[in-house]
Amino acid sequence: MTTDLYKTLVDLIIVQAEELNEGLKIQIDVAAGENAALFGEGGVLKSIELVNLIVAVEQAVEDKFDLFLTLADEKAMSQKKSPFRTIGALAAYIEKRMQEEE
Amino acid sequence: MTTILTENIAPVTLITGTSRGIGRFLANHYLEQGHKVIGCSRKPADWANPNYDHHIADVTQESDVKLVLKSIRTKYGRLDNLINNAGIAAMNHLLLTPTSVVENVFNTNVVGTFLFCRESARLMKKNNFGRIVNFSTVAVPLKLEGEAVYAASKAAVVCLTQIASREFAEFGITVNAVGPTPIQTDLIAGVSEDKIQALINRQALHRLGTFEDVANVIDFFIKKESNFITGQVVMLGGV
Ligand SMILES: NC(=O)c1ccc[n+]([C@@H]2O[C@H](COP(=O)([O-])OP(=O)(O)OC[C@H]3O[C@@H](n4cnc5c(N)ncnc54)[C@H](OP(=O)(O)O)[C@@H]3O)[C@@H](O)[C@H]2O)c1
Repeated sequence: MTTDLYKTLVDLIIVQAEELNEGLKIQIDVAAGENAALFGEGGVLKSIELVNLIVAVEQAVEDKFDLFLTLADEKAMSQKKSPFRTIGALAAYIEKRMQEEE
Repeated sequence: MTTILTENIAPVTLITGTSRGIGRFLANHYLEQGHKVIGCSRKPADWANPNYDHHIADVTQESDVKLVLKSIRTKYGRLDNLINNAGIAAMNHLLLTPTSVVENVFNTNVVGTFLFCRESARLMKKNNFGRIVNFSTVAVPLKLEGEAVYAASKAAVVCLTQIASREFAEFGITVNAVGPTPIQTDLIAGVSEDKIQALINRQALHRLGTFEDVANVIDFFIKKESNFITGQVVMLGGV
């Protein structure tokens, strides 16, 4: 089930991914939308690039929704299915985190 | 990535713990040099300046720290210097130290420093430039009895500084630390004169430190030309 929030988050992550892509040799396939691979199996990002993306996405979410969000918590890092594997997984993870905050 | 030219623009400098003591001196020192200064403390500051913004913020509270950085991002869009000065001390025999004191000291000195490093680096990396200066103390290398908890927290600050310097290097951010000797502030108001004198005797240079001594080291660390200086800890007084 995809919500409006999820779609908004996917779009927001794509904007950040496009910006990050400018500096990347192997780029995130933003055309694949939510299915674009980020990190881990099939992913294109090195860990420092993932750090850059997470920080940029956090900031964009904080600005857009006027809240504070820390994405890289222990839960995220230890999940079997990493929330950083695709743009869609990341969007779903942020959505869940935002609902927890409420 | 956009790089904003920092030439000819007043540096934006964030200093924690500016209501009194060393932090207050440093805020005015950098205001005199034309910086835009942002400061914080738990209680309001009883001084003001048109180029200075004060926040009531507790460095141990993540949300407070995020609010301070958010306001800097909104107002200036960048941050050049972070001076992690806020700190508290506890001077007691280990056997007489309550756990709550340990938590307090570590939360302020270590967690507070960590939070400001993390949140500031996020903003600094946008410009691919930043200078972070943390506060340790000569109590670390001198292994001062009666200061186990305080010195342990400041040893943690040294370690944090050294590792952060490596992790932040690729963002153009340097991270260094200064270790003051005793300086006459509220922080050491409760320590007896004998104890202070004994400590001063163990320094290579036998005198109390001054605010200017601390500012001098920080001036060096935050210079643009100091871009090859990172992960360093300068202890004052020849300790
Ligand atoms: N003075 C010395 O002899 C000496 C020697 C070695 C190292 N140092 C280090 O130098 C730094 C400054 O010391 P100082 O002598 O200037 O101390 P100070 O006179 O006691 O001032 C400390 C400042 O930090 C603020 N502060 C304390 N806890 C805070 C918190 N949780 N959140 C926000 N602000 C907080 C205080 O304001 P509020 O109380 O209003 O929050 C005050 O503005 C410290 O890191 C200290 O460890 C000092």
